[in-house]
Amino acid sequence: MIDVIDLKKQYGSLEVLRGITNTIREGEKVAVIGPSGSGKSTFLRCLNCLEDPTSGQIIFEGVDIADMKVDINIHRRHMGMVFQQFNLFNNKTVIENIMLAPVHIKTHDLRVKKIKNFFIKIRNLFAKNKKELYVINTTKTKIREEARENALRLLRRIGLEDKANVYPSTLSGGQKQRIAIIRALAMNPKVMLFDEPTSALDPEMVGEVLDLIKQVADEGMTMVIVTHEMGFAREVATRVLFMDEGRIVEENTPEEIFNNPQHPRTKEFLSKVL
Amino acid sequence: MGNFEKKLEVFWKVFYEYGGYTRVLTGLRNTIYIAVAGLVIGIIIGTIIAVIAVFPKYKRLPRILDGICKVYVGFFRGSPIVVQLLLFYFVALPLFGSKMPSLNVCMIVFGLNSGAYVSEIMRSGILSVDPGQLEAARALGLSYGVSMMKVVVPQAIKNILPTLGNEFIVLIKETSVVSFVGAADLYVAFNYIGTNSYEFMVPYLVMALIYIVLVMFIAMLVKLMERSLRRSDRRN
Repeated sequence: MIDVIDLKKQYGSLEVLRGITNTIREGEKVAVIGPSGSGKSTFLRCLNCLEDPTSGQIIFEGVDIADMKVDINIHRRHMGMVFQQFNLFNNKTVIENIMLAPVHIKTHDLRVKKIKNFFIKIRNLFAKNKKELYVINTTKTKIREEARENALRLLRRIGLEDKANVYPSTLSGGQKQRIAIIRALAMNPKVMLFDEPTSALDPEMVGEVLDLIKQVADEGMTMVIVTHEMGFAREVATRVLFMDEGRIVEENTPEEIFNNPQHPRTKEFLSKVL
Repeated sequence: MGNFEKKLEVFWKVFYEYGGYTRVLTGLRNTIYIAVAGLVIGIIIGTIIAVIAVFPKYKRLPRILDGICKVYVGFFRGSPIVVQLLLFYFVALPLFGSKMPSLNVCMIVFGLNSGAYVSEIMRSGILSVDPGQLEAARALGLSYGVSMMKVVVPQAIKNILPTLGNEFIVLIKETSVVSFVGAADLYVAFNYIGTNSYEFMVPYLVMALIYIVLVMFIAMLVKLMERSLRRSDRRN
């Protein structure tokens, strides 16, 4: 699903990623672990080009999205992302947070279709071979209604339906992060990227967020998770990547990595954190 | 003070009985028109310039746009508004052979001028918003412009609202120079009353009072608006 080929990222003279090649297959749950400064967050952020790679390719569904000519926005719709700091939109209520992107993108597409139809109609007046119009079977209100229903359904799922109309500043960290997750889910992504989703949470709220991620994982979502929660990685991941100094040092199933690490760096890291 | 009472009487006569108040009302209306139009145009232009200023400049187009904006801001901040008014009215308009009413000229020039100031205010406002907000919007597949308009700029405006209110007050006060190009504002109205009664003390005093009351009223409105925009910060 995502093919990463020789991905490199430099900030000035600082090499953060020194050539990463990996393939993330559909349905896989990949956990990325490693010491801080190893480039795991940068790697994740390169996957949806929040950081533009210095060189290398990221092939997502057959398109190299690292290429600057590609319209990245279209591909990002299919990649949900969850941040360490939640990043809920502070100026919008919870339900607006969830609805914003789906409503905007669908109404935008609708508008584009209408404009194209308008030109096709004009063209058809003069040309002999009539072109077919784009089918429009929705309206702005309908899009909004559907998005609202979907948002409410997702909120009900995490039990925060009563918070639909409050602003994010009134929520706890765990609630914010769970809403951030369903905000990403509302776009029906094909892959979810988690950037240390529980690192900024109070300890007692980590559980509720991990539970939700686990649920999403069980539904068969493809996932890449950068995490410091080794127990969680072991439980949910189908594959674990250990990164150090901008390279993938070791990758294996969680059982192998945690019980029988091969590389000395992995051994050292795991002995510190476990 | 007997003298003052007589002056007041004369003023009242011209102001009320000879219909001077209609001119004052027109002047007040024009002042507010120019200031409001100026602020609206200013916010639009300022926002565009600020968004261009904070746009990452890897490619050539944003760099060229940024250069144009810098020249624009440099010109409008670097010259007095009177000069800009005169240039627009007596140089630019004849060059294009256009006959625009002076009130519209004032609105446009004040808008262009305040755009330069608002752009700097807006830029600091945009920079004060957590970069994670933009990232989150981009990660959802929204374009840079849409993310800015829907997420970042509203939050920036909330942060800079007191400063924007200040800019509006400055605009109101600066409108007192529009008589240079023949637009009828408060100054023109009271000057008319003064000339017709050969007595300037009371008219200018009243003019000052009107400006002060107007500014205080706007300051109050800004405060109310600020409070309603802070809603998203409060626990409810």
